[in-house]
Amino acid sequence: MTTPGRLPEPYGRDGGANLADILERVLDKGVVIAGDIRINLLDIELLTIKLRLIVASVDKAKEMGIDWWEDDPALSSRARRDELARENAELRERLAQLEPARGQEEAP
Amino acid sequence: MTGLRYVYAVCRPFRSALQAQLTGVAGVPPKQLTHHGLVAVVSTVPEADFAEAPLRAHLEDLDWLSTTARAHQQVIDALTAVTTPLPLRLATVFRDDSGVRSMMEAREDDFRRVLDRLEGRVEWGVKVYAEPESAQSPQSAKPTEPTETDRPAKTDRPDAKAMSGRDYLRRRRMQTRAREDVWQRAAEFAGRLHETLSSFAEDSRLHAPQNAALSGASGQNVLNAAYLVPRADSEEFVELVDREKDDAPGIRVELTGPWAAYSFTGEFAEDPEVGP
Repeated sequence: MTTPGRLPEPYGRDGGANLADILERVLDKGVVIAGDIRINLLDIELLTIKLRLIVASVDKAKEMGIDWWEDDPALSSRARRDELARENAELRERLAQLEPARGQEEAP
Repeated sequence: MTGLRYVYAVCRPFRSALQAQLTGVAGVPPKQLTHHGLVAVVSTVPEADFAEAPLRAHLEDLDWLSTTARAHQQVIDALTAVTTPLPLRLATVFRDDSGVRSMMEAREDDFRRVLDRLEGRVEWGVKVYAEPESAQSPQSAKPTEPTETDRPAKTDRPDAKAMSGRDYLRRRRMQTRAREDVWQRAAEFAGRLHETLSSFAEDSRLHAPQNAALSGASGQNVLNAAYLVPRADSEEFVELVDREKDDAPGIRVELTGPWAAYSFTGEFAEDPEVGP
């Protein structure tokens, strides 16, 4: 017999529970038991890409060729560096355009 | 009644009653199936929806999936209130009660081992978001044409006429840096927070960041972690998160729970593919 201890009121899940949080757990975590009806959730081809992103663990997602975070500056320092490099190039170009327009003065 | 058996969770026998209004997937109240001192919480579900072909088709349907996932989670939540359930993955379906019993018997040792380890524990989810916009100066983040009025009132540079271009660059750099700073701070904050929470919790798991497009949360998810905490320490854990999340401009901390220990069933061996 088990008796529950005292638990705080639920956080962040009243009514409009974050579907992503729920899907992440019920689809990707928890115990995998092969039932009589055998369906591998990761084999469901037409689950949307977004859904896969959210339910797939990093390794699984990589296996499936999903690596959006590697190009997302928010999640990858490499992508962030790329973004900075691109922005830097844009700015240099812009500076080059601006400086001659400044008149007789030589650009520094 | 005929139909298939949908299994939500396995747990030890519990004393308290589940809430009377509780319904599971397919709108039927869950029932308990006791075998060898373990309880499987099951619902009878129609073959028309849960046999392999219709189930496969349903899983492609995000609305059906959402409804079913919420119903599944609702049962797990109700169980978490009265005991320590071992949550099974969505759509674990058997032909009949005897199929469920065979499965329980085959996995009995695994169930007992993991249930022992998780007994009296719950999972708390903590996510950290970086919100660079809210931390930035009100100045537009979009590039603007440098004009005379954009020049700084005071400059210590000799070649003042070149300042407009430089000023533009400097301002853009500062904006980029402000964003970078928020990432940097959010990442450092998340690291420290995770360290603090892990040392309080019995166990922790780092999950892949959530995609804002689906979660609908603002900002970018930089930490998505789960912590295994004894029920008795849960209030203290919640207070700890509350304390730690203070004074963090541009950084948002989100706490969810208590969840059943979904993220900590990992040592449960993969199914040995025993025939039904």
